[in-house]
Amino acid sequence: MTELSKTGAAVGEPTPSNPSDAFLEVRDLKVHFPTDDGIVKSVDGLSFSLEKGKTLSIVGESGSGKSVTSLAIMGLHRLGARGKNVRMSGEIWLGGKELVGASPDEVRRLRGREMAMIFQDPLSAMHPYYKIGDQIVEAYRVHHNVSKKVARTRAIEMLDRVGIPEPAKRVDGYPHEFSGGMRQRAMIAMALVNNPELLIADEPTTALDVTVQAQILDLIRDLQKEFGSAVVLITHDLGVVAEIADDVLVMYGGRCVERGPVDEIFEKPQHPYTWGLLGSMPRIDRETSDRLIPVKGQPPSLINVPSGCAFHPRCPYADLPKGNVTRTVRPELQQVDGGHWSACHLSPEDRTRIWTEEIAPKL
Amino acid sequence: MSDTNKTDDAVIPQQASAPEKASEEREVLLKVEGLEKHFPIKKGILQRQVGAVKAVDGIDFEVRKGETLGVVGESGCGKSTMGRVITRLQDPTGGKVTFEGQDITHLSTAKMRPLRRDIQMIFQDPYGSLNPRHTIGSIVSAPFRLQGVEPEGGVKKEVQRLLELVGLSPEHYNRYPHEFSGGQRQRIGIARALALKPKLVVADEPVSALDVSIQAQVVNLMDDLQEELGLTYVIIAHDLSVVRHVSDRVAVMYLGKIVELADSTKLYESPMHPYTKALMSAVPVPDPKRRGQKSERILLRGDVPSPIAPPSGCRFHTRCWKATEICRTTEPVLLELRPGQRVACHHPENFADQAPQDTVLLTAAKEASELVGEAVLEEDAKTPAEPAAESEAETPAEAAEAPEASEDSTVAAQESQEPTGK
Ligand SMILES: Nc1ncnc2c1ncn2[C@@H]1O[C@H](COP(=O)(O)OP(=O)(O)OP(=O)(O)O)[C@@H](O)[C@H]1O
Ligand SMILES: Nc1ncnc2c1ncn2[C@@H]1O[C@H](COP(=O)(O)OP(=O)(O)O)[C@@H](O)[C@H]1O
Ligand code: SF4
Ligand code: SF4
Ligand SMILES: [Mg+2]
Ligand SMILES: [Mg+2]
Repeated sequence: MTELSKTGAAVGEPTPSNPSDAFLEVRDLKVHFPTDDGIVKSVDGLSFSLEKGKTLSIVGESGSGKSVTSLAIMGLHRLGARGKNVRMSGEIWLGGKELVGASPDEVRRLRGREMAMIFQDPLSAMHPYYKIGDQIVEAYRVHHNVSKKVARTRAIEMLDRVGIPEPAKRVDGYPHEFSGGMRQRAMIAMALVNNPELLIADEPTTALDVTVQAQILDLIRDLQKEFGSAVVLITHDLGVVAEIADDVLVMYGGRCVERGPVDEIFEKPQHPYTWGLLGSMPRIDRETSDRLIPVKGQPPSLINVPSGCAFHPRCPYADLPKGNVTRTVRPELQQVDGGHWSACHLSPEDRTRIWTEEIAPKL
Repeated sequence: MSDTNKTDDAVIPQQASAPEKASEEREVLLKVEGLEKHFPIKKGILQRQVGAVKAVDGIDFEVRKGETLGVVGESGCGKSTMGRVITRLQDPTGGKVTFEGQDITHLSTAKMRPLRRDIQMIFQDPYGSLNPRHTIGSIVSAPFRLQGVEPEGGVKKEVQRLLELVGLSPEHYNRYPHEFSGGQRQRIGIARALALKPKLVVADEPVSALDVSIQAQVVNLMDDLQEELGLTYVIIAHDLSVVRHVSDRVAVMYLGKIVELADSTKLYESPMHPYTKALMSAVPVPDPKRRGQKSERILLRGDVPSPIAPPSGCRFHTRCWKATEICRTTEPVLLELRPGQRVACHHPENFADQAPQDTVLLTAAKEASELVGEAVLEEDAKTPAEPAAESEAETPAEAAEAPEASEDSTVAAQESQEPTGK
């Protein structure tokens, strides 16, 4: 049986046939793009699951496969011309339905209703030439057989819900007439108009000022409380993670290197890359020691992924495990305890020692 | 960012802390007075001017030798414009800029040329700011060509030295920008900026386009270079955590104005301007244990007003939970209320009320206060009482001692104020 974490969001290794009670379950997902230079292994064996009412944060540097993962869940890789150039395998279970093997039509029916997505750039989700309200009305009527008038009332209600002032007037505005923060709100209103059970937010606040970010995070949190949706929040800001996540999944080079309940990831992180992320981050809440502790080197190529542990060229501890194991054997996720998993060859003793003696004191 | 004026880094032994005021005792390198940059808005066939974007609208500050001045504020508040004007990439429409005692406000291009060596700018976008058709060698050596300078040992040797200095390899000399990652390109931009051994480096969002791990590499690099070369930095960034980490002093901008200018530690530990407080409270703290402490969070309603028609009086009054009538009518002056902390507000936080007679909140303020954590409001309620009680006992000694005060137009105002010393 699967192991439930304390908060219940991320579970352990999925069982082979039947999906767990989790609302979303991703198993051994692979998304590869054949290109002239070779095969880009953007996501290469990713598994996680998420219950309703919980928030999972996916963190990792740019190019680690976060967006590709979210587009895969939404079934957006297989649309149009893009669809010919992608190879997907693995399973994505959403409320008991499997999506990787499903027909594009089946996935389309779920999109916008069972699952919805907020993007970093609201303009990519909204059409510049149509009124905000009409776009929300459209999104609603795709899944509800109601009159335009009813749908319009619903649109105004949603705009009000996300804190757009004077929604009855603003409903007839165009995207360019809205500020960045308001556009983001309008997109959230559109994403939530059908009360989706799964909301995927891909860097929803990265382009925004902290003041607006605070408003948007507050909004997502309130709406989640109200509707009990499952939320996948993709970000590279560990502050945002600490603020909103129940569970955290750390991605590196298209794989999960660590995942667990948010408290554990911040208090007892087990993977050298997670340590690197924490050490790189300047903090607003305290006078940090003089120097940050960056991760040296550059993100890995996803065409020629480093052998063994993909992090080994940048890992200060690569030589610690016996033999040449970090360079030859790919570490699999191992249970630390409860819902906390990490993929690293270091022994538990070494990890505890390095974290408590070398890393934590410097943060 | 420099080693000479860290305040309380007791953890790191070699960081033996110099006295608190070190930064203020240093020589002024750049002085800015009443600086304005208005962009005209023109309409119609005749292109008549119908208004102006007041991107920078009367700011005063100085940058001292060897320090790092951070500049923060929301998007559109005028940070980049300020940077471009003080480096004279754009001409100011008002005010004065003095560099090493010389008025450079209206220097002609020809007269500015020798100064271009001393004042350099690093840009936000490590992709857009490097010409893709030029080799790294030609990009980094451009300043020598433009200035007609022949470095000792030749250009190539010097460029290779610079590349090594910023952590790149001398072999990169003949490569092209597209072969480099974002972090590496930012290093190339830094190498180019340092070629002529500038005295002042203005960096506009030098790390915002980079991933956090790479960002840390560049922050450490800039830190090392400052120590090694005695550089002075003005670092513009919207990330308040980065700014806290790198800055000795920080200027907070709102709609073309500086609303608070203070030593970094003071600003972050005890902000006095309500906007500073709101801005800082909005930054998510990477500590899950502190989550949900809503009282710590101040949500600002709505968006920043337009810089074309900024609100009257205090520009923040449309979003401030403390705003009263005087805030709507009278613009607060940037005053050094506490040594090393200048603030422009009638009802500052953590300090004596500057307009205690004015107590009736504006309607907007009542709405705004719904969004303010209870703890903040409680604190507000307490603050005015304190100075009244202390005013007999305390003398404004601290304020009188404040360096710089003598040159400041704020002296008179200061003398009538009692620091709460909190
Ligand atoms: N050349 C220009 N013509 C007209 N308006 C301009 C021009 N340059 C800047 N502005 C306006 O001046 C204001 C300040 O712009 P600025 O680029 O300085 O903001 P900023 O604080 O750097 O913002 P960000 O954080 O988004 O970089 C904005 O309203 C902007 O639209
Ligand atoms: N359609 C595509 N064809 C080829 N490579 C792609 C495609 N989409 C994404 N990638 C690559 O997959 C990797 C992961 O991308 P992405 O998931 O967008 O990263 P992030 O974690 O920053 O969201 C990147 O190297 C990206 O260039
Ligand atoms: S497996 Fe080896 S290289 Fe990878 S993170 Fe662990 S110690 Fe570092
Ligand atoms: S209290 Fe008044 S002066 Fe101070 S920030 Fe608020 S509106 Fe401006
Ligand atoms: Mg992405
Ligand atoms: Mg800017």
